[in-house]
Amino acid sequence: MENSKNIITRRDFFKRLGAGMSTMALASCAGGNEEVIQSTTQSVGEMTYRTTPTTGDKVSILGYGMMRLPTKAGKSARDGGNTLADEIDQDMVNRLVDYAMEHGVNYYDTSPVYCQGKSEAATGIALSRHPRNSYYVATKLSNFSPTLWSREESIKMFENSLKNLQVDYVDYLLLHSVGNGGMETFQKRYLDNGILDWLAEQRAKGRIRNLGFSFHGDIRVYDYLLSVHDKYKWDFVQIQYNYVDCIQAKGTDNRSIDGDYLYNELVKRGIPAVIMEPLLGGRLSKLPTHIVERLKQRRPEDSVASWAFRFAGSPSGILTVLSGMTYMEHLQDNIRTYSPLDVLTDEENMFLAETAKLILKYPTIPCNDCKYCMPCPYGIDIPAILLHYNKCVNEGNMPKSSMDAEYAKQRRAFLVGYDRNVPKLRQADHCIGCNQCVHHCPQNIQIPEKLRMIDGFVEDLKQERI
Amino acid sequence: MLRKVRLILATIFFLCITALFLDFTGTVHTYLSWMAKMQFIPAVLSLNAIVIVSLLVLTFVFGRLYCSVICPMGVFQDIISWIAGKTKKNRFTYSPAKSILRYVVLALYAVVVVLGIGIVIAVLDPYAAFGRIVNTMLQPLYELANNGLAAIAEHYNSYAFYKVDVWVRSISALAVAAVTLIVIAILAWRNGRTYCNTICPVGTLLGFVSKYSLLKPTIDTSKCNGCTLCQRNCKASCINAKEHTIDYSRCVSCGDCIEKCNKKAISYTFRKADKNGAVDSSEGIDNGKRSFIITAAAMATASSVKAQDKILDGGLAVILDKEAPSRKTRVVPAGSLSIDNFLSKCVGCQLCVSACPNNVLRPNMLQPEMSFEKGYCRPECTKCSEVCPAGAITLIDKAEKSSIQTGHAVWSMKNCVAFSDDVECGNCARHCPSGAITMVESPKSAHKIPVVNAERCIGCGACENLCPARPFSAIYVEGHEVHKYI
Repeated sequence: MENSKNIITRRDFFKRLGAGMSTMALASCAGGNEEVIQSTTQSVGEMTYRTTPTTGDKVSILGYGMMRLPTKAGKSARDGGNTLADEIDQDMVNRLVDYAMEHGVNYYDTSPVYCQGKSEAATGIALSRHPRNSYYVATKLSNFSPTLWSREESIKMFENSLKNLQVDYVDYLLLHSVGNGGMETFQKRYLDNGILDWLAEQRAKGRIRNLGFSFHGDIRVYDYLLSVHDKYKWDFVQIQYNYVDCIQAKGTDNRSIDGDYLYNELVKRGIPAVIMEPLLGGRLSKLPTHIVERLKQRRPEDSVASWAFRFAGSPSGILTVLSGMTYMEHLQDNIRTYSPLDVLTDEENMFLAETAKLILKYPTIPCNDCKYCMPCPYGIDIPAILLHYNKCVNEGNMPKSSMDAEYAKQRRAFLVGYDRNVPKLRQADHCIGCNQCVHHCPQNIQIPEKLRMIDGFVEDLKQERI
Repeated sequence: MLRKVRLILATIFFLCITALFLDFTGTVHTYLSWMAKMQFIPAVLSLNAIVIVSLLVLTFVFGRLYCSVICPMGVFQDIISWIAGKTKKNRFTYSPAKSILRYVVLALYAVVVVLGIGIVIAVLDPYAAFGRIVNTMLQPLYELANNGLAAIAEHYNSYAFYKVDVWVRSISALAVAAVTLIVIAILAWRNGRTYCNTICPVGTLLGFVSKYSLLKPTIDTSKCNGCTLCQRNCKASCINAKEHTIDYSRCVSCGDCIEKCNKKAISYTFRKADKNGAVDSSEGIDNGKRSFIITAAAMATASSVKAQDKILDGGLAVILDKEAPSRKTRVVPAGSLSIDNFLSKCVGCQLCVSACPNNVLRPNMLQPEMSFEKGYCRPECTKCSEVCPAGAITLIDKAEKSSIQTGHAVWSMKNCVAFSDDVECGNCARHCPSGAITMVESPKSAHKIPVVNAERCIGCGACENLCPARPFSAIYVEGHEVHKYI
């Protein structure tokens, strides 16, 4: 955390780190010369590590997000379903974790609510097969439901996490998703019940080694928590940080998604940042073809996702970058990107900023498929609807006028794809607008409004009004 | 020659009509629904004079070619009989006409048609019976095969096929179809055209005409050596080889005998007409006042799912299946004019059920009605009115549809989520295509409640289908006995 005491801009950052970078680049060149043919899935060198100022943990820049664990059906366990095939594939989780450990990944991030509550136990099983001092495990106090806001329920949740994870202490504990619901919710969840003080005590006892929070939503809660840093001594803070949000926030006063603002506030106070949503739930990997071409042209051998990960990992005040890796290919690709991290150049930063502007031209809905909105009490499959819409936007299957040459084809693709991705009973027309989902959404999407918009579009297509 | 032509035409008709009952996309109906409209009983019920006259003229010229080519049930029996004949050659015998049985059945059927007792019309009409068999037993298999293809297409990111809901629409229709299939198949397996020449009212009626038809197979006694091969291969059992006579009221002009005869003693030729048989076309329709409407019990007690609190993220809430409310008056599609008209003309062939893309139509006994558990009658769809051959659902266009009142929505307070879940909803009002539902303040709830302007409601069921209350919707459609334009 050598720079963490100062506010940095990307430019400053490169000036200071320039020397280090060239050494790193030379090292990787040397490695490259020895092996003429190199598999693109193999890592090229050693994983990059960052160190925490308070505990001195040496944390891998790639953190494993246990939110999208694989199921036996080969999908992400967040997709729901109650059949045997929708169970978490523990063998695969073990394999993924073993592979990650073998390649230097030592930070594992879970929560009591992930994968419908099954992620912690699966993480515990996989990690307990390794020495306790070889990994850092992070979990959260995810008392979202008002029924869990009491002190007793919250303590029970923490104790249960220790049991699930098969550990005596948690390395990193986060207040989960503060900011959603504003100050009022924060007050009730963590202050009125005295649970925050209780957690600080646990840190003193060594049952929690690092205490922090993850932030989404109302920026006032973020500012408040940093203002009481002297009291609580946050060991780390988890924020959303990616090249599209950073650009999107520019010129608006929406500081809640302004990654640069969030990050710099932490740097000011010397708090290391853990990054979530570096890839926006895969949205920055699934890009329209011409943008993919643009990125691939620059670095043909690197994946589209690698740009987002290099962006998220480049500032030195960043401790680790979380990625919810469902598949071995994701894991291998990310390990390759970060072994070692090739820090973005100024020129590459400009290039990504331009790319972000191109991405923002597409009217996609900023859903990252985190499924915090789920389950919808009325059975709507909210993320599946939004993702189908985004997919059609990105693939150009948005019929605009019946005069278009492609109209019939696009209309069919949209409607058939809609029925395919979302069962009829779970489609947007069943949304009653009860608004219960809205305050769960970390991206502040006005979900009922968007569903109504999509429903209207579907009606227009069905009735051939456009 | 006659046989070959007959076989080709019969194959085309049979496959096309079967396709009509299999296709759930509405594609073939655009091109082929005229084949259903050529069927005799539907034509009589819809008073389609052109078809009736054409069929009578066709029969007068060629004999009962209708039974051999156009009627899918006739061709179906031929297929069964042909398979049975693979193992046992020359298996038929001559039997005298069961005239009394035939005429009694025909007379009773005429009475039933005049009275408009739809359910009886439906059971005996050969075309409708065939339609029910294909719709209830074969279409589900066809849809399952389609779903297999859809799964493959999905794998390859192709939008050529899409998955459809496979479900049993009515146990009674399935049971009637199964019994019909078993009876017809056994009769056909053993004796060929028994059904056509004893029970089928169309067969008997056309038999009157075919007796006097211009073209008919005749036996040249100078060439006949009395081998009885023709008799033993006549599936209509109408050739008496000893006497060298053919009962033309039962002959379906299939041409099998002509081809079988080694001596070329049988030919299909012009024969001087004896008399033009008086054509019995007295089948008319009387929309007599009848009440089919069952006064059912009041609204079923309803419960709805209580919205659950979110504790874990991800996953999908369980959705209870909707259950149909007991409607005092059934809902029939726009174009039916009235329930009386619908019930007296519908032959229960299930063609509209096969064609309905929204899973709205399903048989109640044999004749369809609308219900909205799986979908609602969408404003852009007029499929049932396009395909109905019997005049039970008359042809309407989209503009007309949106102004025909088939029923009206009724709101039930105790099911409404504004009360049971204490949430703001308004999904019915939002989706009402005619703007008949508005949300108003209620003294009894903190949330707005829907009110129905029955004058503007067309009974499409959008509100009922999209109502979040389950299993019973808080808003449902009551049918109107007579449909009116608004």
